[in-house]
Amino acid sequence: MQNKDSIKNTLLIGIGLCLVCAAVISVIAVGLKELQKSNAILDQQKKIVAAADLKGFYGTTESAFDSIEEKIIDIEEGLITDISTEKYDLSKELKNPSRYIALSSIEDIATIKKRENFSKVFLEYREDQLNTVILPVRGYGLWGILYGYLAISSDLNTIVGLEFYQHKETPGLGAEVDNPKWKALWRGKKIYDENGEILIKVVKGKVDNNSDMSTYEVDGLSGATLTSNGVSNLLAYWLGDSGFKKFLNNLKQENING
Amino acid sequence: MAKTSEVLLSPIFKDNPIALQVLGICSALAVTSKLYPTLIMCVALTATITLSNFFISLIRNIVPSNIRIIVQMTIISSLVIIVDQLLKAYDYETSKTLSVFVGLIITNCIVMGRAEAYAMQNGPYMSMVDGFGNGLGYSVILIIVGSIRELIGSGQLLGVQILPLVSEGGWYVSNNFFLLPPSSFLIIGLFIWFLRSWKTEQVEPAEFKMSKNAPKEVKVDHA
Repeated sequence: MQNKDSIKNTLLIGIGLCLVCAAVISVIAVGLKELQKSNAILDQQKKIVAAADLKGFYGTTESAFDSIEEKIIDIEEGLITDISTEKYDLSKELKNPSRYIALSSIEDIATIKKRENFSKVFLEYREDQLNTVILPVRGYGLWGILYGYLAISSDLNTIVGLEFYQHKETPGLGAEVDNPKWKALWRGKKIYDENGEILIKVVKGKVDNNSDMSTYEVDGLSGATLTSNGVSNLLAYWLGDSGFKKFLNNLKQENING
Repeated sequence: MAKTSEVLLSPIFKDNPIALQVLGICSALAVTSKLYPTLIMCVALTATITLSNFFISLIRNIVPSNIRIIVQMTIISSLVIIVDQLLKAYDYETSKTLSVFVGLIITNCIVMGRAEAYAMQNGPYMSMVDGFGNGLGYSVILIIVGSIRELIGSGQLLGVQILPLVSEGGWYVSNNFFLLPPSSFLIIGLFIWFLRSWKTEQVEPAEFKMSKNAPKEVKVDHA
């Protein structure tokens, strides 16, 4: 014991402990990786199914998700591509400068800085008819970017639901974007007017039900004006010209032409 | 085994790590806005501190004193990473809410404090008891703060509506202040006050004595 503080012992203990700890952590991390991955995927699927409100129709999240088609679309063209969805990963797309465009501050109303060229969308068909389109949306709230899914019904103008799967908003204030009562307010709201202007937004306070605009408006979250504005902005961006508007218009044409 | 129960129970009220030693305040502020994540955090911290005390005590006699802090940190951070990994695998929703604060158990002063103050001098069994006791002391405060904040802030407990909110047709106007971290200061402060009125030996001697106000100065007329 008297050479406890010798250099040899110090090195030995230091290195030995690091090796033991590293080994234990690696074993556990590798062992749990599959479970964590499937958790993350299941979480996404849950949100997608919840946004489109499909659980009631299909019974379970899994069977609802199985009925959804995943497609990669070219946002600029607004067309479905035949790129495989399997390897698609948004964070990788945003690292490759040839796969995204940098947004100027005027365009960038949702404060996301970069917009991918290809996006993964989800389409649900019933009897070969398009029933719901689910689009990935994101934008800055108060503390960080909110990531979510917006589900739109087959008329491509009526919202079915809006779900966020990742955000950093204040619990009890901005994080009320996860409140089922607030999320229920989105159902049936309209996005565009006859001229294709985006009117959907979150208002401050309560929506005046007598006003003409009430079909385009959702109650604000009390105490969370910046989060509410963030949600309005991200919808305005993603439903606008540099977002999914072209894709939605193309889908609409397709629907009309049969 | 009177000593075991003493070591286990004294950190709860007599020598509480938050209320008396005022350690580990950061996470007490950050994770207590809702009760459920608070409970998970308590379990995570108690598990970490119990095991870290055990392992550190186990190797206390062979650890060279000049690298002992780093050795403690290595063990604590390994345990915290494991807790974080487990949480991600088995309670994904909560791990998203707690996010960075699980990782921050590494820097929680209670864990380091107990390792250095107790586990380095005592045997593995007693160290585990000490760690568990301190974990409980931390948990008691967090659960009290979490319950009060969730109840006053959103009228709920564990997500169940207790006080019906005005916005949903009830009578209770929720106090949003209690959803923000600073409200914990208030609650912890009040808790310390109550605790010290009950156990007066915890009151520290005043660091200085207030002197009387200086005599009123004669008013000078600036013409």
